[in-house]
Amino acid sequence: MLGSNVSISGLSKSFGDFKALKDVSLEIKKGEFFSLLGPSGCGKTTLLRLIAGFEDPDSGLVSIDGRDVTGLPPDKRRCNTVFQSYALFPHLTVFENVAFPLRIRKTPGKKVRELVKRHLDLVQLEKHADKKPSQLSGGQKQRVAIARALINEPSVLLLDEPLSALDAKLRQHMLVELDSIHDEVGITFIYVTHDQAEALSVSDRIAVMDGGKILQVGSPQDIYENPKAEFVARFIGDTNLFSGKVVSFSNGISLVQDERIGAIKVEAGNEAPEGSWVSVAVRPEKIRISLAPPAEAGPLGNVVKGMVDEPIYSGFQSKYYVRTPGGGHLVVFRQHAQWSEGVPDIKWKDEVWLSWSARDAVVVEASGTSIAPVVSGDSLDE
Amino acid sequence: MRQRNYGPWYSAPQGLWLTLFFAAPLFIIIVYSFLKKGLYGGVEPGFSLAAWHALGGGTLLAVALRTLLVSLVATSITILIALPASYSIARSSNQSLRLFLIIVPFWTNFLVRVYAWIAILGSEGFLNDALRWLGILSTPAQFLYNQGTVVLVLVYMYLPYAILPLFSTIEKFDFTLLEAARDLGASRLTAIVRILLPNIRGGIVTAVLFTFIPIFGAYAVPLLVGGKDAYMLGNIIADQVTKTRNWPLAASISMAVTLITGIGALVYAYTSSRPAAPQVDDAEDDLDYIIQAEALP
Ligand SMILES: Nc1ncnc2c1ncn2[C@@H]1O[C@H](COP(=O)(O)OP(=O)(O)OP(=O)(O)O)[C@@H](O)[C@H]1O
Ligand SMILES: [Mg+2]
Repeated sequence: MLGSNVSISGLSKSFGDFKALKDVSLEIKKGEFFSLLGPSGCGKTTLLRLIAGFEDPDSGLVSIDGRDVTGLPPDKRRCNTVFQSYALFPHLTVFENVAFPLRIRKTPGKKVRELVKRHLDLVQLEKHADKKPSQLSGGQKQRVAIARALINEPSVLLLDEPLSALDAKLRQHMLVELDSIHDEVGITFIYVTHDQAEALSVSDRIAVMDGGKILQVGSPQDIYENPKAEFVARFIGDTNLFSGKVVSFSNGISLVQDERIGAIKVEAGNEAPEGSWVSVAVRPEKIRISLAPPAEAGPLGNVVKGMVDEPIYSGFQSKYYVRTPGGGHLVVFRQHAQWSEGVPDIKWKDEVWLSWSARDAVVVEASGTSIAPVVSGDSLDE
Repeated sequence: MRQRNYGPWYSAPQGLWLTLFFAAPLFIIIVYSFLKKGLYGGVEPGFSLAAWHALGGGTLLAVALRTLLVSLVATSITILIALPASYSIARSSNQSLRLFLIIVPFWTNFLVRVYAWIAILGSEGFLNDALRWLGILSTPAQFLYNQGTVVLVLVYMYLPYAILPLFSTIEKFDFTLLEAARDLGASRLTAIVRILLPNIRGGIVTAVLFTFIPIFGAYAVPLLVGGKDAYMLGNIIADQVTKTRNWPLAASISMAVTLITGIGALVYAYTSSRPAAPQVDDAEDDLDYIIQAEALP
């Protein structure tokens, strides 16, 4: 594909009998911040190692900048890796670690000093050039690893969960810094993570993986607002999942009969015709919660009555787990956007009304055959 | 109440052991080297530097040089074999089986293993039989009694002593460092030379010491497979004790050998010990960094 930087087609990899990657194809554009997101063991690292050349695929092709690199060793590919464990050379100073790729290529000393200085400046480590890796903190090691991987001026930077060894506050900070380094160097970043918040906040596009397959590729908004699979809806953020048979379809509104919640209106195209089985996702922040019944439902409105099973207050918002009379569980967020004195607080065991628009519900999976419905909503024991 | 320090008492057995079996014999040898030699072996009272003067003698110097050369060559070959061997053991999935196979020969007596080599290499040995059976040789060839055989058998004898320490350091080595080196543009060989070797230096030093020192003092191997022309210092010492019966000379040669290997060991130990890098307080340092960075415009 023209303009794509990394192109992967039909990539498969097995370890013994275990299929770690199953026919994966991807096009990653030049300069993109592209994330591979998925649970532990879904094959993210394996995919990254195949791109880097540490492992050879059983079948399929990898090309970088339009050149087929399948089967080439790592030192012959224009990509560099930031390892999860940093993999800094313990016997070399920070300076020599960053200079390592240049020393291999026998770059003249003056050029080495100049380039290393520039890259240490980029990651703000000028002052630590003479230290050994063992004298650095986690965040500093991480930045040395990034500088070292960038000094070869690769066309792609591969990052395998680079922040997972850092504590929460530092992780947040390094993420912002990574983003600005990405803006500054302008090359493609392929970023592996199992943290959906991380992926959503920095990526241009995200590929959600599970079980060695890519389930969906799209922008963060796309992935969040329009999940194309139940797994994606569940994995990214909190979600309420309903499922059932489409009992009627008119004017772009499908009526889905969930056995625990009742009939639910969903705005849908032709992906959910009458008679099909569908899964429907509604994000918890799209649902309004109130102690009094909402004034008027309208043609797009869904209203469900329930009881608060568990209210969780967390400052800027509250999270409510609500149980419906039919045994369905829903999760709802309520923002505390303004001073709410006088507004009655919603407490445990309160009877509440939940309402949302058919527009805010999305069909995530559909099938013409009758498959067994899945348990609806989020349960308390997540 | 003051806590009494019982430490020295607890370590007394070790001190006793070292005194009895190490310091005392060494002291006796030192004393012997400065005494007059007895007519039929042993020593006679009376100070003499004769044994030390004799060290400069021509044949003795030649044997010393040969010993040094044989030791250097055998040690180098041993390490060159042990490095890839221990690397492949450390990376294999059945480490314990392979280590077990390395250790198995230790269950057989040292001399029996030397005789096994004689059985293989001797004029009536397996190798000759095999070569004649294949038609490569018509009359038996003499594979024994030369420097090469001494080196071969020494390498065989001391290979496990090199593999074990090397294995234990390579096993602790983080192999992602090699992947990182490859990723950054190093070839397979460059990655090993520039990243693996410096990081397993301690193991290499130990392996060198564990092979060089016993080989330098080798006695049985050159005696049994080397013959007169392959004599090493160990054989000379034994001859001085049992045949020529010049005990002071045996003592002074022993002392010289001990001094040389001791100095070698000290130099190695000194160069291989690196001062440990001071650790920083991770969290505090990162916090400083965040604060600095956030203060930037
Ligand atoms: N060298 C290997 N030999 C055998 N199995 C392997 C090997 N490498 C990976 N696997 C298996 O392949 C699967 C995918 O592994 P991979 O490391 O790609 O997962 P991941 O998505 O990176 O997970 P994590 O988030 O935990 O790092 C896992 O089940 C793992 O056990
Ligand atoms: Mg991984």
